[in-house]
Amino acid sequence: MSILEDAKQAVKGAAQAALQSAVQMAPDSWMPGGRPDPLIRERHGYTGRPVSRVDGAVKVRGVAPYAAEFPLDRMTYAALVFSTVAKGRIATLDTAAAEAAPGVVLVMTHRNAPRMQPMPLFMTSEKACGGNDLPIMQDDRIYWNGEPVALVLAETQAQADHAASLIRVAYVAEASVTDFGEAKAHGTEPGQFMGQPLRYDSGDAEAALAAAPHRVDARYTTPRHSHNAIELHAVTVAWQGETLRVHDASQMVAHMAWSLGHVFGLAEDQVHVTSPFVGGGFGGKGLWQHQVLAAAAAKLAGRPVRLMLSREGVYRIVGGRTVTEQRVAIGAQADGGFDALVHTGTVAMSHHNVLPEPFILPTRSAYASKTMKLDVEVAYLDMVANTFMRAPGEAVGTFALESAIDELAVAMDMDPIELRMRNEPDTDPTTGAPFSSREVEKAYRDGAARFGWAQRGTPGSRREGEWLIGTGVATATYPYYRMPGGAARITLTRHGHVTVDIAAHDMGMGTATAQSQVIADRLGVSMEQVTFRYGDSSLPGTVMAGGSQQTAAIGAAVVAAHRALVTELLKLAGNDSPLAGLDGDAVGGRDGGLARLDDPARHESYASILARAQRDTVVVEASAPMPLETMHWSMHSHGAMFCEVRVNAVTGEVRVSRFLGSFDCGRILNPKTAASQFRGGIIMGLGLALMEETQYDERSGRIMNPSLAEYHVPVHMDVPAIEVMWTDVPDPHTPMGARGVGEIGITGVGAAVANAVFNATGKRIRDLPITLDKLL
Amino acid sequence: MTPFAFTRAAATDEALRLAAAPAARYLGGGTNLVDLMRETVERPATLVDVTALSTAIEPEDGGLRIGAGVRNAALAAHPAVRRDYPVLARALLAGASAQIRNMATVGGNLLQRTRCTYFYDVEGSRCNKRVPGAGCDARDGFNRIHAILGASQACVATHPSDMAVALAALDATVHCTTAQGTRTLPLVDLHRLPGDHPEIETVLEPGELITHVTLPALPDGTRSTYRKVRDRASYAFALVSVGAALRVEDGRIADVRLALGGVAHRPWRATQAEAALRGLPATRASFEAAAAAELAAAVPLRDNGFKIELARRTITAVLAELSGVDA
Repeated sequence: MSILEDAKQAVKGAAQAALQSAVQMAPDSWMPGGRPDPLIRERHGYTGRPVSRVDGAVKVRGVAPYAAEFPLDRMTYAALVFSTVAKGRIATLDTAAAEAAPGVVLVMTHRNAPRMQPMPLFMTSEKACGGNDLPIMQDDRIYWNGEPVALVLAETQAQADHAASLIRVAYVAEASVTDFGEAKAHGTEPGQFMGQPLRYDSGDAEAALAAAPHRVDARYTTPRHSHNAIELHAVTVAWQGETLRVHDASQMVAHMAWSLGHVFGLAEDQVHVTSPFVGGGFGGKGLWQHQVLAAAAAKLAGRPVRLMLSREGVYRIVGGRTVTEQRVAIGAQADGGFDALVHTGTVAMSHHNVLPEPFILPTRSAYASKTMKLDVEVAYLDMVANTFMRAPGEAVGTFALESAIDELAVAMDMDPIELRMRNEPDTDPTTGAPFSSREVEKAYRDGAARFGWAQRGTPGSRREGEWLIGTGVATATYPYYRMPGGAARITLTRHGHVTVDIAAHDMGMGTATAQSQVIADRLGVSMEQVTFRYGDSSLPGTVMAGGSQQTAAIGAAVVAAHRALVTELLKLAGNDSPLAGLDGDAVGGRDGGLARLDDPARHESYASILARAQRDTVVVEASAPMPLETMHWSMHSHGAMFCEVRVNAVTGEVRVSRFLGSFDCGRILNPKTAASQFRGGIIMGLGLALMEETQYDERSGRIMNPSLAEYHVPVHMDVPAIEVMWTDVPDPHTPMGARGVGEIGITGVGAAVANAVFNATGKRIRDLPITLDKLL
Repeated sequence: MTPFAFTRAAATDEALRLAAAPAARYLGGGTNLVDLMRETVERPATLVDVTALSTAIEPEDGGLRIGAGVRNAALAAHPAVRRDYPVLARALLAGASAQIRNMATVGGNLLQRTRCTYFYDVEGSRCNKRVPGAGCDARDGFNRIHAILGASQACVATHPSDMAVALAALDATVHCTTAQGTRTLPLVDLHRLPGDHPEIETVLEPGELITHVTLPALPDGTRSTYRKVRDRASYAFALVSVGAALRVEDGRIADVRLALGGVAHRPWRATQAEAALRGLPATRASFEAAAAAELAAAVPLRDNGFKIELARRTITAVLAELSGVDA
């Protein structure tokens, strides 16, 4: 990064910091969320009920169309060829055999690809969502091992795959950095995340650590992880004149339209991106080179293109979670109170992306400490651009932090829950902001009772045959985010049917279901009268399914649109209505119409209002306010993660036999879909704890296990029955009182497992994954 | 995948005739070969489907005759296998997934190829097994799953089969046929060590077809089992596996057959350990000494040194379990 850009970032960071303190001092009432959402009080509607998925039937019947399932006339099918060196130039590129192969329509390489701009790098502007900002097939340069160097279009997928295998590429390799140790030796740079430095200092933490009567100081390491959504990244594209039609597997359709427009020199409304069903995103389903290449090939061939990456293709061109080396040191007084909390370390990153795995994020708000030192340094490698992966930062940061807490508890002979509770902060430890809602203690208390924490033994004290049994606990945490850009359109018909349009996403989380429940309650209609339309870039709003923020972003946009609707309806109702003279704040949706909140007898149905006004429909659209609540309050979800493991004394095999997650995520909108989110996160966390590891060969920069056969994720037998429970305490400062539930499930799991392994065996594993060889 | 011709043989002689075509390969359940074709590691010009041939499991000479076309799932569930050869039933059920076991055949299972990731990486890695003389990127690369016994400079790959380990322990015989006639081979002689030619994995001649496998009866009083150690609870290849059959008389080891998986280029019959054990008292000390004898020749690579200790422990635990010695 240049000095100029450094300066710009610093100014941006300083401005943001100044704004933050101003917002923190402003009165509650000025803030979004300052007045609790009236829906929080609603206890008899759909909200909070375990409603089954609205899209369950079409999925079970197999008729829900995913991105690679849109049949188009004259379709062609794409296959990619990937580079095999980490850096250098293409020396020779022989495509003759491929071009002559049966069914081949086009072979595209840097020699004939259309001129395109690089993808706008994620977070560099409002709608930028490129995973990297490298030239895409524009010249002979190679930037990472696995970069696409050729694309084949053919009449069938089999023909395309075969022809791609006939392409011969030779390279002139150049000196590259693919070894983490070598990259660190070249020097590190301070990490930046969302315009702010990943660094925080309060007092002299090293001195306080050295002086503390009790301390731990340990190094933890986590490996690379690759994205493995069950649905492979796929896109079906067609040019309709100067308009680009994109059926994508996306968690950011509005961003996609703008960013693809940028690449091809089109206005964003010339790119129409839809994504009605997505088979898992986890942060990986943004804009990568395959969508750009598919659109470019479709342009050259003049025919629609379907490009579904192979599993190998996902590993080669879609980034994952990067490697981390973390130090956590804690100094404590005899009563357990922290004098010093140090969380520092280094991550690997490519030169062309923006995510230095921010592992200090959980530590910023977790514990009170007299001094604190947090720092993420970046070492640069020539590798596929790493990216967001479920709870980036927290997933691996909590492994180190919560392992260290456990180590301190052991060293002090104190119950680890008690140690945590003694360091519960009164206000946010790094910003000083008040908490919007923080029920960590309740989550622990309730979880400990259900799990039977009190029956825990000393390390190595429980054994059944060959199996050593132990339990462990760790804190899960994830922030409440709400990104700017939320907007929604409500269309109300004379028959009381409500359609809400918003460019949001349902990747299997249950968005459409939970939001339909909320909308039905907010408008006072039945769920059958609600249509929630999403996954379409032509709809209002720029809402990313990321950062566990969709529920809040959609909620706030719908609140704004609903307010506009009420204003419009009161205007239409006029003076002949029972609602005459009432202010928008005094009424709400009820029984198919509007009613005074504190006097429901003053009610008029939507049908009646629209009929009198001789209107068939009312359409309103509004934007959500800026998310200033996140600066005014410290807003975080938490969980208490309890784990029981069995470790085989002969072989070192680890089996998780029980897991319980006790969550504090505000109000739970739908216990059924939320429980699936929690469980899914925990299962992914078990993978992180015990088996997930991308084998990145440091000699070549080559990923060696790009396959679900060799890259292990948990199978059914690895997953015990998982209990989940929650406080259900509404956050008074969020829409519906809810905070997101998508990512918190993976946090804390690594440490809960590692701590349980220690309790079972007396062995402390600080290097993930906890494979059996580390326990022999 | 490279285009190929597909034919289905209704009889053994037809299969032999069809397989005489250039670059022909026999196809069993396809659970490994088809994957390798998709990766273009294998590029046969012709596939000869032999799954319709020899699908019977029949008693023979007090033992069992198992057709090469028998599916893994059917073999694992067969009452005689479950009753008389627990080591085989357990090995089969420890392998793959239910779906794969429903497809995979006995013949195909024996001929499956290594899981070495450098072997699979056609475009990006060097592999002597794939391209003779190209070099081996596994020797100094990711080799956690690789061989500790019998490896060579040219190749450190392992054979991935569970079933073959059990058959090795059971003194199975492989029956093969060519146009010139039939022959039999002890199963332990079917697979080769890599030496300078890791691309040649078995002693089979081109076009030679495995028709069936026979198992001798185990002496009365023999107990057998299979234990597989792996990185997750199911659907993973063995880091180390142990197939064993043991008969103890008056506290002494009267008979022992021991084979290891996940440690070598072929199912590894632990003859050193067996020799060390015969006649000794069935004690933990005997088992540990035998395991040590077998593993004395083990050579660790960068990532797989743990396998030596893991194999030692697993051998000991399996023999202790079979003999009733406290674990």
